[in-house]
Amino acid sequence: MAKKSLNIVETAYRAVMEEQDDTILWLLAAMQGAGGAHTVVLRGNAVNYAIAGQGAPGLTVGEWKQTQAPRMDRDVADLIENRKIPVYVVEEDLAERGIASDELVSGVELLSRRALPGLFAEYEIVSHW
Amino acid sequence: MPKKTLTFALMDAPYESANLTTAFRILDAAARRGHNINVFAYEGAAALAFTRQSPHPNPVHGKNVAEENHPTTKDQVTALLAVAAKNGGKVDWVNCGMCVDERGVNEFVPGTRRGSPADFQVFTDSSDNTLVIPTK
Amino acid sequence: MNNYLLIESRDPFESNDVGYYYELSKGLVEAGNEVTLFLVQNGVLAARPSAHSVALSALCQSGVKVLTDDFSLRERGISKLAEGIVAAPIDVIVDHLAAGHKTLWH
Repeated sequence: MAKKSLNIVETAYRAVMEEQDDTILWLLAAMQGAGGAHTVVLRGNAVNYAIAGQGAPGLTVGEWKQTQAPRMDRDVADLIENRKIPVYVVEEDLAERGIASDELVSGVELLSRRALPGLFAEYEIVSHW
Repeated sequence: MPKKTLTFALMDAPYESANLTTAFRILDAAARRGHNINVFAYEGAAALAFTRQSPHPNPVHGKNVAEENHPTTKDQVTALLAVAAKNGGKVDWVNCGMCVDERGVNEFVPGTRRGSPADFQVFTDSSDNTLVIPTK
Repeated sequence: MNNYLLIESRDPFESNDVGYYYELSKGLVEAGNEVTLFLVQNGVLAARPSAHSVALSALCQSGVKVLTDDFSLRERGISKLAEGIVAAPIDVIVDHLAAGHKTLWH
């Protein structure tokens, strides 16, 4: 039986273009496929991952062109819809960044920063990423 | 304290972060106590056990290779495996395969192995505790 | 009641996210848990008596046990610690892990 694991993701846009994924959301999706029981909390700058409609065109260097540029909003939606990983977004961090809740992909759940300590008790493993 | 199985996830590449110095100190302390240790070396940490690292001299300080005795993480990984064995613990060090491939670091310290996120999932479910040391 | 070890590697001079972690440790205590905040690497810079150490001393007052890595202190030449903060060996982290305490790194 998988241990319930809470994953607080705060580092954002680190190597996302190079890896064509956020390496942590990708890792958790893979681990869920291997039988995991994961939940994600997006906090700090990572709340920006939940904004619908984001995504830069691929990198171009000379004749080299990136053809699979990442789309973080789609990856967040994929976690929720296909991987069955609940995704919370810290609402104070949204507000601090001027992000309204109607800008977010559907399915994310808002969470107050004050509620985090209480949430920890529901999980066997709690990690910051 | 009875022997435990502890899992660690590392992400930092060699020579880029103070996190690895602290990580190896924690791993060493755990190994000396005879605990079993699982390591999932993810992203840049997939290069920690790369055997083609080599030390260099230090011309700024006027030291040759021997005098500088420059650390390499492959030696630290090797030493960790040895101290764990000496104290009755096992180390299962997994280098994330895709991370290894994209970095071209596919020659590992003997005793470490190639793996995947599924190994990390097994580690976390089967061990007594897990510590993730993330990168920034 | 649960036991938590929160490891803080960052310092408030360079990162304004450290305040979140200090508040998290206090929130966990207020939720009825035992919490140790273990400062490592540049995180120990906040332990030297200064305007920034006030927040750490306040955490001690609110029930968080604040420890600082002795190796990181020596590396940075810090010999005097703010009120309530104690130096400790890295083995403390292994103790907490072996005891099954939820352990987080920031």
